[in-house]
Amino acid sequence: MAIKQRPHASPSTALRPGLVAVALAAAAFCAPATAQESYKIGIVSFLSGQAAESFGIPAVNGAKVLIEAFNAGTAPAPYNKVGFGGLKIEPVYVDENGGATQQVQELRNLYDREKVDAVVGYVGSGDCLAVAPVAEEMKKFLILYDCGTPRIFEDGKYAYVFRTAAHATMDNVALALYLKQRNVKADTFNMINQDYAWGQDSKKDFVLAMAKLYPNAKPAEDLLPKFGAGQYGTEISALMAKPADVTHSSLWGGDLQAFILQSAPRGLFKRTQVVLSAADHVLPGLGDKMPDGAILGARGAYGLMAPKSALNDWWWAIYQKAYNVYPVQAPYRMAQSLLGLKLAVEKAMAANGGKKPTGEQLAAALTNLEWDSPAGRIRMANGGGHQAVQETAIGKTRYDAAKKMVVLDDIQRFPADCVNPPPNMKSEEWLKAGMPGAKC
Amino acid sequence: MSIAATILIDALSYASWLFIVALGLTLVFGVLKILNIAHGSFYALGAYAAASFVGWFATMKFAPGWSLVAMLLAAVVVAALVAPLTERGLLRFFYGRDEVLLVLVTYAMFLILEDATKLIWGANPYYVSEPYGLLGNVEIGTQVYVGYDFLLVAIALVVGVAVWWGLNRTRRGKIVLAVIHSEEVAASMGVDVSRVYMGAFTVGIFLAALGGAFTAPMISVQPGVSVGVIIVSFAVVIIGGLGSIPGAAIGALIVGLARSLAVHLAPVAELFSIYIVMALVLMVRPEGLFQQTQARKI
Repeated sequence: MAIKQRPHASPSTALRPGLVAVALAAAAFCAPATAQESYKIGIVSFLSGQAAESFGIPAVNGAKVLIEAFNAGTAPAPYNKVGFGGLKIEPVYVDENGGATQQVQELRNLYDREKVDAVVGYVGSGDCLAVAPVAEEMKKFLILYDCGTPRIFEDGKYAYVFRTAAHATMDNVALALYLKQRNVKADTFNMINQDYAWGQDSKKDFVLAMAKLYPNAKPAEDLLPKFGAGQYGTEISALMAKPADVTHSSLWGGDLQAFILQSAPRGLFKRTQVVLSAADHVLPGLGDKMPDGAILGARGAYGLMAPKSALNDWWWAIYQKAYNVYPVQAPYRMAQSLLGLKLAVEKAMAANGGKKPTGEQLAAALTNLEWDSPAGRIRMANGGGHQAVQETAIGKTRYDAAKKMVVLDDIQRFPADCVNPPPNMKSEEWLKAGMPGAKC
Repeated sequence: MSIAATILIDALSYASWLFIVALGLTLVFGVLKILNIAHGSFYALGAYAAASFVGWFATMKFAPGWSLVAMLLAAVVVAALVAPLTERGLLRFFYGRDEVLLVLVTYAMFLILEDATKLIWGANPYYVSEPYGLLGNVEIGTQVYVGYDFLLVAIALVVGVAVWWGLNRTRRGKIVLAVIHSEEVAASMGVDVSRVYMGAFTVGIFLAALGGAFTAPMISVQPGVSVGVIIVSFAVVIIGGLGSIPGAAIGALIVGLARSLAVHLAPVAELFSIYIVMALVLMVRPEGLFQQTQARKI
């Protein structure tokens, strides 16, 4: 057996143990300071697959420009402290594509391996339903920034999980109110929604809202194509075979684009009043292919329907400058989540002697918090202070040839307390009870 | 127009689109014995290439009608460039290996091609809807159909007849059939089997790309378009029998009809209507409708 003989120590090697000891001591001494220097956020959204183009990538793009501005300290007050309370923000981006099982594993990896301080993520309602209990079990801080299913906080109770955007009930109540306030004829209505949590919940909310506002309206076709179907010729035939006064859809992304591209030439938009609950994001791409007169929402007062404010002007400008397109709903929702997180971290740090807060401290700071976003005031008012409510807006499409873009006319904003259930009621109960307490 | 006629037209339209893609899948399996998971990626490549070609043709001030030629050309270019590259550069090294391994290899190809398309074309959608309106609308009763949908039916017919003719009525086709029947015997008779493989793979990929190219005007071409089509194409070839061309045609018609019936009569069953039919067929004929039961070689 060969034995490695230790060479004679030279003066420099003799010093080495001492230097190592000094270095280790310095590292140990500096460790808390290093940890204070950054705040690590896992940002999960679709970077590939069918939801990437419409939601995932625009949202991540929004996160990038906003985090850059935070770290540079160039955001307007009260968001003008560098990073989060002086801690530089270090984002870790993760692809949401791959299904709920994979997302559960990715979430665990973010907390256990990447050692992130917080996770902000998830577009898919199915993903949100899957990851929320995992974060809770791990006692780790999680913000759901986008998904729409009301079930998260209505069927569950969480200490560490928050959603900084309103759920889908708001979108469909606002659509029905918009129709009613304009006396749009709606004796019958057809529906086409994707066959998963988002589509099913959207459909249910619209039916219940219509039952209250149009008691005599009869639902007719109730189509549930699979997510990513792409081909809608058969569905369009079904909708045209039994034309209704109103056709409702919560389709989004590539599915919505394909549906519009295939149904507009067949004249569906001329036979029925199409109402779309989450459609603003397809407007920049579709341009003149988007039919005039469609009534649509953006799941908040986002993009072309955002209220005028200095914060919105700043946000719009930095996003448009970076990506040469105006921000639509997904980056807006990402922005409002990061703005809320920033204020919550800084509030928790202030209560923690300026030190980075624990998950519990952060959760306490975000519970029932309110803050201004480019889309208006966000209030963590529902779900025990874990579910946001916000105002929303609905408008009507018109292609403006001079501007070479789709504009929205006849925009109506609905206050948060008009279109969201009160804190003590589930969406379905509230809708079935005739929306008691709605302050419109 | 009666509901039955609407159901039939919708079924035929959907089946035609599906048949073009599934025919390529079944051809590749029939000759190379590869269950090509990446078939949908070639469909996506065809769609992206069509978007680019139609855009270039428009830039060069070609008349709108030329966009149909542009889409055809896009499918040819994808097949001519990518198919030999993947078959010669990757797949041939795995011939004769376990079929499961080949499935995994094509799955890896699928992942690589997904990212490759994103690297080339980015994540933003491409719209090439102009060709969709070229043929105007056709009014049948209360329904309005886009003429382009009937073009797809015609393309499916032409493609089906051409492939059948090519295989059954030409010398090269007979050679391909000989390879399908027995690769060893064909090789011993002097057939260049690897050339047949490359040719069949190229035709299969051309059909996938053709399906993608002619679908591009109906959708926004963006990441993820490859996924949906491959799942339903597999259902078609499993129903019809892997490797069977008439099987692909009948399988596509069955799937189209099942889906159309579900959408019009029982929308809640749309999601699983195709798979119920597939399960029923497999219960009765596990090898598919048009596949002969084969003795296992030991």
